[in-house]
Amino acid sequence: MLAKRIIPCLDVKNGRTVKGINFESLKDAGDPVELGFLYSQQGADELVYLDISASQEGRSTFTELVKKVAAKISIPFTVGGGVSTVEDVEKLLNAGADKVTVNTAAIENPNLINTLAAHFGSQCIVVAIDAKFESGKWAVYSHGGRKKTPLNLITWAKEVETRGAGEILFTSMNHDGTKDGFAVQALRELSDAVTIPVIASGGAGSMKHFKEAFELGTADAALAASVFHFGQISLHDLKIYLRKNDIAVRN
Amino acid sequence: MKIAIIKYNAGNTQSVAFALDRIKVEYDITDNPEVITRADKVIFPGVGEASSTMNFLKERKLDKLIPSLKQPVLGICLGMQLMCEYSEENATQCLGIFPFSVKKFNATHVHKVPHTGWNSLTQCSGWLGSQFDNTFVYFVHSYYVPLNGYTVARTEYIAPFCAALEKDNFFAVQFHPEKSGETGERVFRKFLEL
Repeated sequence: MLAKRIIPCLDVKNGRTVKGINFESLKDAGDPVELGFLYSQQGADELVYLDISASQEGRSTFTELVKKVAAKISIPFTVGGGVSTVEDVEKLLNAGADKVTVNTAAIENPNLINTLAAHFGSQCIVVAIDAKFESGKWAVYSHGGRKKTPLNLITWAKEVETRGAGEILFTSMNHDGTKDGFAVQALRELSDAVTIPVIASGGAGSMKHFKEAFELGTADAALAASVFHFGQISLHDLKIYLRKNDIAVRN
Repeated sequence: MKIAIIKYNAGNTQSVAFALDRIKVEYDITDNPEVITRADKVIFPGVGEASSTMNFLKERKLDKLIPSLKQPVLGICLGMQLMCEYSEENATQCLGIFPFSVKKFNATHVHKVPHTGWNSLTQCSGWLGSQFDNTFVYFVHSYYVPLNGYTVARTEYIAPFCAALEKDNFFAVQFHPEKSGETGERVFRKFLEL
């Protein structure tokens, strides 16, 4: 049976992980390779590395990092952050990434999704969608959540599917950082609207939240950052908890 | 032991190379027919689209070379599909080593396509052996090989399908051993021991 995936997300700036990560077992918790390797040993099913460097220099450091991750870690990983051209994607895939996320660039030029899918195959093109529930609607935001677009979550999701996306990474801006649980109802609507896998993001605070994302939200995967980075939830315990609750996870 | 990874436009060549590095095995990434023919083991990776990849192989005459190889050959993912007769992906005539057609999964809101993630192997036999029963390996694919007489491992998604094959000196896996953690490393070792 296909297992539900648990995906730790690492934000990287100028080649270093950000957010106050505290791991006694790591010599250098700021090293994204070491931290990703630790997560892979603990049972993470995939990893996501997001580059939040603003500078060109930071971006080339990130490509070097992708090579190191690919050499060291034997589970799949997705990379993203500021990806806007075929050349960007090519560079990251050649460095050894398995999938690449696009967000703002796809909103500004939806044809980019078709081009990327034709070039590299749908399986490695993940469209990230940041959306906020306001005035009774899920509005899509671009530029890292700073700019509101006229797009609606479900119609945009269907469009990216039609254009060839292989997966959707949906972050609820209302839930992100709250630790109050994922946007279960929106996840369910999204999952019912498309036939490509959906990754839930934003709101993980307890193990129960993951269960809800899978059971009620019917998400195919769930992504979280701080609950793992700060050791509030161990991947090992989370897998045991989900298995006890009859959710298919990898042993 | 000399190992050749066939060099072409496959998306996962570097990942396969890294996986062999991790188990400390040396290899050549090559499209040189002599080097491939003389290798003790050949790995045929694959990520991408079937028809353009077949064209790429034809341009380099690898479409004639691969089926003629006598040493153990391991096809991975699209590599496995291209070793079949035909693929529904853009109606592609493939290498014809395994006499089957590759079919597309029917996507539903419950069974998403691509089939993405970790799924378990069952009824493992042949070169893989029963030690791989109920182990999880990583898949990402929209097309699959139906169960057949050469199946040596099956996986269930929508219906049971063929996760691994064996026919004479040709071996193949639909999943990605290079992305399947320790289980994947054991799959490579198993192949290298043949």
